[in-house]
Amino acid sequence: MTMTSEPTPAAKKKLGLKERYALMTRGLDWETTYQPMEKVFPYATYEGIKIHDWDAWQDPFRLTMDAYWKYQAEKEQKLYAIMDAFAQNNGHLGLTDARYLNSLKLFLTGVSPLEYMAHRGFAHVGRAMPGVGARVACQMQSLDELRHAQTQIHSMSNYNKLYDGFHSWRHMHDRVWYLSVPKSFFDDAITAGPFEFMIAIGFSFEYVLTNLLFVPFISGAAYNGDMGAMAFGFSAQSDESRHMTLGLEAIKFMLEQDPDNLPIVQRWIDKWFWRGYRVLTLVAMMLDYMLPKKVMSWKEAWEIYAEENGGALFADLARYGIRPPLGWQQACDDKEHLSHQAWSTFYQYQGAAPFHTWVPSPEDMAWEAEKYPNTFDQYYRPRFEYWAEQEAAGTRFNNATLPQLCQVCQIPMLFTEPGDPTRICYRESEYDGETYHTCSDGCQAIFDHEPEKYVQAWLPVHQIYQGHCFGPDADPTSPDFNPLLEVIKWYRMDVGTDNAPYEGSRDQENFQAWKAMQTKN
Amino acid sequence: MSTVFIAFQTNETSRMIVEAITDDNPEAVVNEQPAMVKVDAPGTLTVHRATVEDKLGRSFDLQELHVHLITLSGHIDESDDEFTLSWNAN
Amino acid sequence: MAVAAVKEYVGERKDVAANLPPGTQLTYVGWIDHLMFCAPFAFPLPSDMPFGAIVEAVLPEAFGAHPDFAKIDWSTVTWTKGRQPFTPDFSKSLADNGMKHKDSLTFSTPGLTGIKGSHS
Repeated sequence: MTMTSEPTPAAKKKLGLKERYALMTRGLDWETTYQPMEKVFPYATYEGIKIHDWDAWQDPFRLTMDAYWKYQAEKEQKLYAIMDAFAQNNGHLGLTDARYLNSLKLFLTGVSPLEYMAHRGFAHVGRAMPGVGARVACQMQSLDELRHAQTQIHSMSNYNKLYDGFHSWRHMHDRVWYLSVPKSFFDDAITAGPFEFMIAIGFSFEYVLTNLLFVPFISGAAYNGDMGAMAFGFSAQSDESRHMTLGLEAIKFMLEQDPDNLPIVQRWIDKWFWRGYRVLTLVAMMLDYMLPKKVMSWKEAWEIYAEENGGALFADLARYGIRPPLGWQQACDDKEHLSHQAWSTFYQYQGAAPFHTWVPSPEDMAWEAEKYPNTFDQYYRPRFEYWAEQEAAGTRFNNATLPQLCQVCQIPMLFTEPGDPTRICYRESEYDGETYHTCSDGCQAIFDHEPEKYVQAWLPVHQIYQGHCFGPDADPTSPDFNPLLEVIKWYRMDVGTDNAPYEGSRDQENFQAWKAMQTKN
Repeated sequence: MSTVFIAFQTNETSRMIVEAITDDNPEAVVNEQPAMVKVDAPGTLTVHRATVEDKLGRSFDLQELHVHLITLSGHIDESDDEFTLSWNAN
Repeated sequence: MAVAAVKEYVGERKDVAANLPPGTQLTYVGWIDHLMFCAPFAFPLPSDMPFGAIVEAVLPEAFGAHPDFAKIDWSTVTWTKGRQPFTPDFSKSLADNGMKHKDSLTFSTPGLTGIKGSHS
């Protein structure tokens, strides 16, 4: 008998990446015969986007489903190892300060529900796209987004055991005044057609803006000792690279398929840049006011991730006839003001927000002045110093009157005129016999293009006045009826605890007490 | 010239990947931030599998980059041996 | 422009006056040069309320926390409605002053420019 066997005929050359991708994403589809294709894919054409050859779609990463599962499993194992270690080791006591947690409360109520909506959105769009390459990519992104929602909720659930304001994020997302901003943003996208959704979320949000949300803030979480948020944030962001690439591929694909697509795509970029930018108002104040140890200012983050990176992107897309979005210059100019205007708003409406606010300390104000030499001392320091005096005198400024909201972004009308930070920017449109108010040229243009869509906006202030925001046990006919208190209860905020100033809060008290116990028996 | 960039979580594998990048892309600039490292390069940047394998002392599939990636910027061209970022309008 | 849609698209108007208690209209009021109040306010007001009651009964509670408020000389105040100059008759009702649902007012207080002149 011989020990030598035949040389394996399977010494076949391993397939290259490009061949593997082609095999796994092409020829999986068929032309339907029982039903016409346009009935199987009913949303593929009504937006006016013309596609002639779906096989021209390429995923530059060439990721196939088998490789996807392998690497996602690896990411999950790394992520949960860190989250478990952080929880087992009382990691929360390593935070720089309990004020930091308020940025997480904002994140959990405002951002995590959007991850879930993105999961739904990409599942829907994947189903609606007649091309297989696009559908595989949307399927992966849909799964990613579900993972992001889950890991964020898991990670932050550890804090819910110990700190206030984390308990009713899902309930709040559908009700609380400032959460109508991110909620309506995503509702707007998901009720658009599949191609607009790809430009809205895949391109404008993921490619142009998501770095601003995840990179400096999550780096800041690490800087402030929060390994849980660092782990979910960077794990999510590793998927974002693929999402950004999908968004860029989607826009190139649409522009290369037919010249008639250009004006439609450009209008969507104009709209969705502005919609996304308005949502990021919350992130600006997280970076500049809510991180106890700050990694970079909003202005610096904007310069790196929007001006430099977005500038490179739009220079590249110019060959298709695409120009930077309308509103780009205004967003660049407003980087000097955005975070200060936003934090002022939350400070005065403390009673209606489930996280704590505070006046920046003298050291923090020195940091603001250094980062914002053109604006902070002139426009914003005087109001913060005045509020600090009022607090010291026991008369903290609490604004108890409801603000006017923008019909499109739903943010209180707090933004100032381009070039004049001393004047509120007011825009009005007439439609079908009624007046509609918007906060900017960007939001007004969005309203004017599709007024029939935005007349439906669920504006929290108007809903309160219409009597839709009280619990079943509230009695508006009772002589001591306090409408604002009833609204806060309907939000499920623990009155006097969740919505209290940081100074004197239970979070502050507990954190200090637990820190003191760390080194004593 | 437009800048491309790639950023990784700070860990032992990404330390080797970043070393490989700076060896192969002399114009790349490394920028360390809390828990992350960002590499910027003018116009284009390439990760070579062979260089990463040399640094790690083991075989490396370029798709493993996904596990450590945080973000990137530029058009991607990926094969089994190279991963390249570039902008067309330089 | 019409919303792109696969069938006829009609949106529900969420904020018509009929959705408020009868006889109520929304009025928005902003105080120029006083951005300590981050945004203009929204008030549900009776259409037959005299305009003067805005100044006497509505604004003090909303804007009174500002140290400039007590210093206002109302005889010098100027108003706008929908960004146009507006001269309200304080004794007439909102409706008789030509104000409709969701009108937006501002008032300027000459000589008062906010905390330390910062427009705050």
